[in-house]
Amino acid sequence: MGAPLIGARVERKEDYRFLTGAGQYTDDVELPRQSYAVFVRSPHAHAILKKISLDQARKAPGFIAAYTGEDFAAAKLGGLPCGWLITDVNGQPMKEPPHPCLAQGKVRHVGDQVAIVIAETSAQARDAAELVAVDYKVLPAVVDGAKARAKGAPQLHDIAPDNTCYVWAIGDKAVADAAFAKAAHVTKLEFINNRLIPNAMEPRVANGAYSRADDSYTLYVASQNPHVERLLMTAFVMGLPEHKVRVVAGDVGGGFGSKIYLYAEDVAVTWAAKQVNRPVKWTSDRSEAFLTDAHGRDHHTVAELAMDKDGKFLAMRVKTTANVGAYLSTFASCVPTILYATLLAGQYKTPVIHCEVTAVFTNTTPVDAYRGAGRPEATYVVERLVETAAREMKLDPAEIRRRNFITEFPYQTPVALQYDIGDYNATMDAAQQLADVAGFSKRKEESVKKGKLRGLGYAAYIEACGIAPSAVAGSLGARAGLFEAGEVRVHPTGSVTVFTGSHSHGQGHETTFAQVVADRLGIGIDSVDIVHGDTSKVLFGMGTYGSRSIAVGGTAIVKALDKIVAKGKKIAAHLLEAAETDVVYDRGIYKVAGTDKQKTFGEVAFAAYVPHNYPHDKLEPGLNENAFYDPANFTFPAGTYVCEVEVDPETGVVKIDKFTAVDDFGKIINPMIVEGQVHGGLTQGIGQALTESCQYDATGQLLTGSFMDYCLPRATDVPFYQVDTRETPCTHNPLGVKGCGEAGAIGAPAALMNAITDALGVKDMPMPATPQAVWKVLNNKQAA
Amino acid sequence: MAVKVSLKVNGKSVVAEVEERTLLVTVIREHLRLTGTHVGCDTAQCGACTVSMNGRAVKSCSMLAMQAEGTEVMTIEGVAHADGTLHPMQAAFKEHHGLQCGFCTPGMVINAIDFAKHHPDPSEQEIREALEGNLCRCTGYHNIVKAIGAGARAMAASK
Amino acid sequence: MHAFKYHRPSSVKAAAALAKGEAKLLAGGQTLVQTMKLRLASPSDIIDLGALQDLAGIQSDGKTVTIGAMTRHADVAHSAEVKKTIPALAALAGMIGDRQVRAMGTIGGSLANNDPAADYPAAVLGMGATVITNKRKLSPDEFFKGMFTTALAADEIITAVSFPAPKRAAYIKFKNPASRFAIVGVFVADFGSSVRVAVTGAGPVVFRQAEMEKALAAKFAPESVANIKVKQDGLNSDLHASAEYRAHLVTVMAKRAVEAALK
Repeated sequence: MGAPLIGARVERKEDYRFLTGAGQYTDDVELPRQSYAVFVRSPHAHAILKKISLDQARKAPGFIAAYTGEDFAAAKLGGLPCGWLITDVNGQPMKEPPHPCLAQGKVRHVGDQVAIVIAETSAQARDAAELVAVDYKVLPAVVDGAKARAKGAPQLHDIAPDNTCYVWAIGDKAVADAAFAKAAHVTKLEFINNRLIPNAMEPRVANGAYSRADDSYTLYVASQNPHVERLLMTAFVMGLPEHKVRVVAGDVGGGFGSKIYLYAEDVAVTWAAKQVNRPVKWTSDRSEAFLTDAHGRDHHTVAELAMDKDGKFLAMRVKTTANVGAYLSTFASCVPTILYATLLAGQYKTPVIHCEVTAVFTNTTPVDAYRGAGRPEATYVVERLVETAAREMKLDPAEIRRRNFITEFPYQTPVALQYDIGDYNATMDAAQQLADVAGFSKRKEESVKKGKLRGLGYAAYIEACGIAPSAVAGSLGARAGLFEAGEVRVHPTGSVTVFTGSHSHGQGHETTFAQVVADRLGIGIDSVDIVHGDTSKVLFGMGTYGSRSIAVGGTAIVKALDKIVAKGKKIAAHLLEAAETDVVYDRGIYKVAGTDKQKTFGEVAFAAYVPHNYPHDKLEPGLNENAFYDPANFTFPAGTYVCEVEVDPETGVVKIDKFTAVDDFGKIINPMIVEGQVHGGLTQGIGQALTESCQYDATGQLLTGSFMDYCLPRATDVPFYQVDTRETPCTHNPLGVKGCGEAGAIGAPAALMNAITDALGVKDMPMPATPQAVWKVLNNKQAA
Repeated sequence: MAVKVSLKVNGKSVVAEVEERTLLVTVIREHLRLTGTHVGCDTAQCGACTVSMNGRAVKSCSMLAMQAEGTEVMTIEGVAHADGTLHPMQAAFKEHHGLQCGFCTPGMVINAIDFAKHHPDPSEQEIREALEGNLCRCTGYHNIVKAIGAGARAMAASK
Repeated sequence: MHAFKYHRPSSVKAAAALAKGEAKLLAGGQTLVQTMKLRLASPSDIIDLGALQDLAGIQSDGKTVTIGAMTRHADVAHSAEVKKTIPALAALAGMIGDRQVRAMGTIGGSLANNDPAADYPAAVLGMGATVITNKRKLSPDEFFKGMFTTALAADEIITAVSFPAPKRAAYIKFKNPASRFAIVGVFVADFGSSVRVAVTGAGPVVFRQAEMEKALAAKFAPESVANIKVKQDGLNSDLHASAEYRAHLVTVMAKRAVEAALK
């Protein structure tokens, strides 16, 4: 069969349905006797719920039912669980306050759910919800993570004194302090990693249904991991057996982390469906999404880098306060710890690193993993420090990096991870060339002539993807293993359906995974379909996040394919009357070595299902194999980004003139899709650095609660990107792949802010570098 | 209270009896079950709801159904040829990987087709400006801009 | 949105007769429908002006451009007449919102709403245009009253706006990065004997900048305004731009508008 499919720019199989309006997103699912839910949400950031009256709402046209936290408590519905246990510096478990699906006694952020109202139409549900009268006793609120532990700050949860979830640390502080004492130079920065609102274009939707026939539930939900959603919902919240609950996540319009979690609305519509004996659908509007989708980032950090006189890194000290919001979301606890501090070595041989993280509760929307999750924050710390250090020490920023690059692998970092492979000089070389760094000074002169400022910045990021080796994750507090499942079902005529526990919500798995399958089996890609997102079809799955799909989910499929090929050999041996050991499989054909005897994959598949004269003592009919894959290590994509900006000093407007990204993702299955992932990641990273900022006022009202105030990057805000790759194949998975989904969002903010601070000639610049913020910094500089 | 709205959608005459407060997008999605038109925001920024009305791209979430009275509306379901062959703009999006999750895509394509009618050979800057009313969170716009340029030229060439 | 009664009158007179109490006139709806969707406005009645074909259209005699109230922004932006007679007005219309909004939004709707960050008020005030209603003709000074407030009576409907053609003019807009409304927009028009400078976005309502007008009347050149410091008192202050920043931007945008007008 034709050219190899792995590495080919194959157009996507899923595109036709999306381009013709035939996609089936969750809101497109309309069930017989559908009813509609609207949530009554707290307008206050912090308040005691004194009384909820449903009397007027019940009289509204089309009203079906309404429930409050009291109803949920009476039904013994549990709270939303957190999936990762962090143990604090004193050996104590983190504080896990209850996270009720509907508020009980108190609300803790604007948008907190107070009641669910169900009616015949969504407009009627909204009308009725407006008639729910809630009597609040408003309490003072705290929104700023840095202020949450201050004396006298409003307290959110009784079980978490000083609003502290945990104080956690990694590394040896005494050794780090000693290294700092000997340093020739110390670079220190203090900054905020701004809170972001994910804003996948499809708002969340949950449509719960109940069947009295077999006492079973079906939840249609916009989710990145339906099996995890089902597991959490059945075992931890509703106390239902898993086989009685089906979760379907069909086409999902982007996730970026925000659709990993089990949300209160998902539980509420599922439970309510049984109460009203009708399907109950809730569709978030964008205003609700701003208030209730888990937010990202929100760190306040002080970071120091100690160097010898040649700019060789001696040690790093980092102290971070992470604002986790009002409650612990599903993975909130591991993001600012396990996914953050373990990445602080970056691409460098920094021998000692100490990091202390304090996680605090505030009266804000819960914060959880958002594209990159901890790793963008870590890269920002490392790469802002390194670039600043180079400037302070009058070293070329590329040179200081090269002096400290890790060059021998495997490399054990001082913060738990072991990098299997990489070539950081290769990506740096390629990026410098592609970005024409050599021509920068000339371009800068031209900008100066026009009255503009020009700057260049680097970021040499690393990330840990392919989460996770279950044993490692477990030892770090994960309450579940993080393997992946795959099933390959060969049909009698040789076409193949593959069931994967990974989920595609834009990543193109239906194409990439099909390339892997078709390539490994040597059959046409049109003969392969990938199925995901339905717990009734797919055996199990941990879902898609952390750039894990191809490395973990893809490998599970490869393992299942190996089993298929092996069983096929047995069948072929029988058909060809040869010894199994003499049969070889070569791109779609089973051959007996040294003869011209052969059978195609299709013939073998047919024989598997139509087993005339089958040796039933040796062979079972059928050709269907499962595999589970638990990775041996994380994968470590890395790369160098170079950003060049031109700043208009009169207005503060930053124009990204060039953005170059050279990544090492290991082996690449589909370069077209990989480039698209990089473009999108870069734009989200640029969004963080340039346009996006979630802001609350002191009372906890969200000031950036719509696209009128929260600036998602538009087409005019970004340039054409220059992207390229270098390849060091991952050493511990059969495809040699590492993952590419988050890299752009991880590396871009530091590169951009390094470029802006270079252009402005300043050390500090807060994100996002909006025109006003840049103008202020320039003004202050002039005044100084 | 109900009102009757009559319009043509994808070439077919349609009469819907709706509440006065019904938006055009609601008629399209819920009454006609043409679910390719999406709702991504409630402040008219995202453009996922874009449909063509009398040949012009408009946001169907930002108008009452009654405002479409007597008009000809085309949704994404009406863009491809009757035999299922993709319109040149759709084909360009596929070829240039101008979509990922697909949620913003219908609005992008409808707007791009209207834009391309007036710009047979658009510049990068013209395309980017034409996308001011369409947000995408996946692609970083890079491949959308490429796709629209190629699609516009393909449309001009096929005239 | 909340329920309301819908009307689609076929004459201005009929529309005016319906316009009372909590009723609202609906032109393109690009602001009103959003506000109603978010339940921030709950009119009892909606009077859709969409059937009033007579209110749409552009006329020009080379000295004056008259634009019907229901003319869409896109039609103004693409009008050969407007581009020829007042290119700055066509350019301004092409900067409003986005393509899709411009296909629906109307000049009458924009002016009646009088959003402090809207673009059209800058053109109307910047050129001293006449706002024509079913009852009277209004100068901009008479028409614009304050934030979201105009001189229009409840049953008064804008029918057209008449713009005198300046010798040269330009509009430069500094957009709110998120909403794309004007943080500051400056319209500069040189009528030979006089110069008008109108500023939108910066204050609660569009206003003229007298000091700049005087300096530009003396010499129509960027340097005439480049060093004029605008006072920040009374200017808008929000997340995106403080009053101080807005004051600064007024000068920068005015300078750039003059440069553009001279091109």
